[in-house]
Amino acid sequence: MKLLLDLFLTFAKIGMFTFGGGYAMISVIENNCVERKKWITHDEMMDMTVVAESTPGPIAINCSTFTGYRIAGFPGALASTVGMVIPSFIIIFVISMFLDNFLELTVVANAFRGIKIAVGILILDAAINMIIKMKKKLLPMLIMILSGIAMLLINIFSWNFSSVSLMLIAAAVSLVIFLLSGGAKKKGGAEE
Amino acid sequence: MIYLELFLGFLKVGCFTFGGGYGAIPLIRDVVLSYGWLSEEMLTYMIAVGESTPGPIMVNLATYIGSSQAGILGAVIATLAVVFPSFVIILLITALLKTAIKNKYVQAVLRGLKPCVTGIVLATGLYMVFTNLFGSVSVFNTDIKALLIGAVLVLSMILFKLIAKKKLSPIMLIVLSAAAGIIVYGC
Repeated sequence: MKLLLDLFLTFAKIGMFTFGGGYAMISVIENNCVERKKWITHDEMMDMTVVAESTPGPIAINCSTFTGYRIAGFPGALASTVGMVIPSFIIIFVISMFLDNFLELTVVANAFRGIKIAVGILILDAAINMIIKMKKKLLPMLIMILSGIAMLLINIFSWNFSSVSLMLIAAAVSLVIFLLSGGAKKKGGAEE
Repeated sequence: MIYLELFLGFLKVGCFTFGGGYGAIPLIRDVVLSYGWLSEEMLTYMIAVGESTPGPIMVNLATYIGSSQAGILGAVIATLAVVFPSFVIILLITALLKTAIKNKYVQAVLRGLKPCVTGIVLATGLYMVFTNLFGSVSVFNTDIKALLIGAVLVLSMILFKLIAKKKLSPIMLIVLSAAAGIIVYGC
């Protein structure tokens, strides 16, 4: 029980003091769970990062669920994940109650006209980082370019086609190519 | 039934966003706009609020949208839905299928998904920057002030990278852009 409380409080602290989410979370989690608490080893942390990248959802949630489970099974996973979410939830819920009035102030509205530009740049920056990390092979590059063009057209013409469908098509194409190229018969599995 | 819509919409977000952080925004934008929960304008505000408050951005957005659409129950449902897929998948992987990620079929699917996500994020980023600076594609209307702010922001990022040898944090960029907005558009 004490351990569960410790997990809950540690992840609540991480959730409360980490801004931006995503990869910003990983170094804070490493600092707390590997260096201070010694709950998991550095190697396990590395494995977890790979898994978090290959599975959907917020990276912070992936990491807290993993660590919690390793330390204390299912109750541990639950305690860590709830701890991670609670601070965000409370803060945003309180903000949501008076955000509309706040936005009516001219100075705030003008600040947001600037922020809007920053958000676009940040998304573009995220894309550039993803491209840098990508394997520079023909197939992934082709999928990226075609999906990018499709998404641009969807945005420009407001087509009613969700990005989820686009992702499912890409996944299916990649799987079919893998099967046709005889990859299924090869021994081993993962190429990495 | 707004509760069911919120649950399904954010379940989709939780299932299909890879990489977290800003990479997740294009899919959230897609879901939010298609259900008509927020306007493009309001969504951008919320992204900024999500960045300036602690915690994962996806959780912040889910809580806000849930709350704005259906009060506290909506907030709880949307937040649970966005977290649920991660939680279940990670539990399955750590508890039962330790090698599932290395499975060749799973890898083949991921090899298709990841570049597609990259393409989607790239397209959304380009589209957002373009419409912010030049208005919509059909009505070409260059906003000189916005162009100026954009140039200042990109320049600051590059200079910071050269001088401090590390990336300007997103939150600093947002603070800078808010200041630039007030200076250029007045208060």
